[in-house]
Amino acid sequence: MDQFTLNLIFVGASFALYIGIAIWARAGSTADFYAASRGVNPIVNGAATAADWMSAASFISMAGLIAFVGYGNSSFLMGWTGGYVMLALLLAPYLRKFGRYTVPEFIGDRFYSQTARVVAVICLLVISITYVIGQMTGAGVAFSRFLEVDNLTGLLIAAAVIFAYAVIGGMKGITYTQLAQYIVMIIAYTIPAVFISLQLTGQFLPQIGLFSTHLESGQPLLQTLDQVLVELGFNDYTGQHTSYFNMFLFTMSLMVGTAGLPHVIIRFFTVPKVSDARKSAGWALVFIALLYTVAPAVGAMARLNILTTIYPDGTTAQPISYDERPDWMRNWELTGLLAFEDKNNDGLIQYYNDRDPAFAEIAAERGWEGNEMVTFNQDILVLANPEIAQLPGWVIALIAAGGLAAALSTAAGLLLAISSAISHDLLKSTLTPGISEKAELLAARISMAFAIALATYLGANPPGFAAQVVALAFGLAAATLFPAIMMGIFSTKMNTAGAVSGMVVGLVATCLYIFTYLGWFFIPGTNMLANTPENWFFGISPLSFGAVGAAINFLVAYVVMTQTKEPPAEIQELVESIRIPRGAAGAVDH
Amino acid sequence: MSEKSYSDAYWKANLKVIYICMAIWALVSFGFGIVFRPLLKGIPVGGTDLGFWFAQQGSILVFIALIFFYTWYMNRLDRKFGVDEE
Repeated sequence: MDQFTLNLIFVGASFALYIGIAIWARAGSTADFYAASRGVNPIVNGAATAADWMSAASFISMAGLIAFVGYGNSSFLMGWTGGYVMLALLLAPYLRKFGRYTVPEFIGDRFYSQTARVVAVICLLVISITYVIGQMTGAGVAFSRFLEVDNLTGLLIAAAVIFAYAVIGGMKGITYTQLAQYIVMIIAYTIPAVFISLQLTGQFLPQIGLFSTHLESGQPLLQTLDQVLVELGFNDYTGQHTSYFNMFLFTMSLMVGTAGLPHVIIRFFTVPKVSDARKSAGWALVFIALLYTVAPAVGAMARLNILTTIYPDGTTAQPISYDERPDWMRNWELTGLLAFEDKNNDGLIQYYNDRDPAFAEIAAERGWEGNEMVTFNQDILVLANPEIAQLPGWVIALIAAGGLAAALSTAAGLLLAISSAISHDLLKSTLTPGISEKAELLAARISMAFAIALATYLGANPPGFAAQVVALAFGLAAATLFPAIMMGIFSTKMNTAGAVSGMVVGLVATCLYIFTYLGWFFIPGTNMLANTPENWFFGISPLSFGAVGAAINFLVAYVVMTQTKEPPAEIQELVESIRIPRGAAGAVDH
Repeated sequence: MSEKSYSDAYWKANLKVIYICMAIWALVSFGFGIVFRPLLKGIPVGGTDLGFWFAQQGSILVFIALIFFYTWYMNRLDRKFGVDEE
């Protein structure tokens, strides 16, 4: 059976499964649609949260991000997991006790203000829409690569599948498809990783293999990797090459941003009890860690594998000739994600850091005229992993299904956050308050269809800033929603004026800072300062600004609060009651 | 004790355990993984040092342990103060 047929079978079977689940888990009420009637087992919710959270970026790109920077990009690992500690300890249990359906609903009720609610809706829409564009483009790319259809067709198939289970099933359908998607993802990610680890180190667990002896060289794997990289003029893998300050701030921004992402927070509204919300966050992190502790091993091992493939006899000997390159390189050259250029016409592949002045002398001596692996897209690391490890075709098909599962599950979670903000926060509570339960459910479904159409349109015509939008989404989640929710729980005295001005200032400051360096609305050439460390205010990278935005939000909110009226007594009592688990079941119906 | 002072005591106990957990959370990630990494240079772990291990593995494992510890502790605290869900 050829690879294409295998891919088709695996992807087709996984889609049939998702749609089957959707029909089984139809939503019959708004409680079903928004929160799966709060009947989700905390462990199931943990797996669903993990799928909801781990996007195409986590599945496909993260190992590559770490592989090509090394230690410096550990921020992604710590940041994207550490946020769950904040969620479990600071937000999730109290929001579950409050017992509402959306994040803006909490902010609106806690700060007794429609204005606060509408500001929160605006923040939510900006965060979730920017985030969903990347998921839709990711799904389109994965489709076109594995099923050999063009990008737009791929995108439309993805939209149709999401439509089927998200519009019919709402949160209930999404929860159980996410559980299935998690299982597909984790199997697809782990199998090639285990094989690579066995081949390189003889260790079954990649997490152990990363710190074990490299069989071929007889010394620790990371030491070999450092050595080979330095010999070719690259930075060593385990060393620190960026500023500690920015690494600190970037990690903090990712953590606070993770805890403030609305599509993640609403998953904790689906469990029956407050204690389940805490437990569920723990399970979510277990399921996330299964992938996140493997990713750095995949990154380091794949990078070493590529280096030793090109230099089979060591870096001081000749590299392989272009004609003898392995099959996986030939396959990926066809996609344009990998490209070679024989600059000195010797028929060999020279791969080294040609920007390193010290190595330039060695290169000149050996008659090298520049790095000849001119394109190496980082995503190849995960996508080509099964081929590099010479695994059978069904593993490649599994990676295709896994990549699509990652993109679809995150897109569905985001679309639910968007549609419930529109139908529940804008229509039901602001524009047409008299609307019946049945009409609201219909409105929720129509909003979902509308959100899918918008996301598909934006996915097909991405505004040309795919990578930066993630920074904006995290920065804004950190600078707007997280501080507002946290102050709403931990301060009985925080009032409307404080919370609203905190969110608005956080939103504006973060947008301004990011746009200053990356261009107004990311339009190239409109940035006011070049995005280089010398220009950064106090050396703060625009990607790391979320943590600063959050600090500004807290500060502004506190100062305004001290100058304005205390919240009414019943709001202070409300805060006291959120803090106590007892009575959460009663909060289900409202 | 009145109901009000009772729930205040519960909240205080909760805050205390949150402070402790968040201190450990910061120590293993921002501390061992980033800022204090140079101090841990002397402790070798598989071809690199302990700081690298914390940054890429250890911090995540400690995060999981922290959440489950907090869940277990709070379930006990909820029962002790009689505010648990039946």
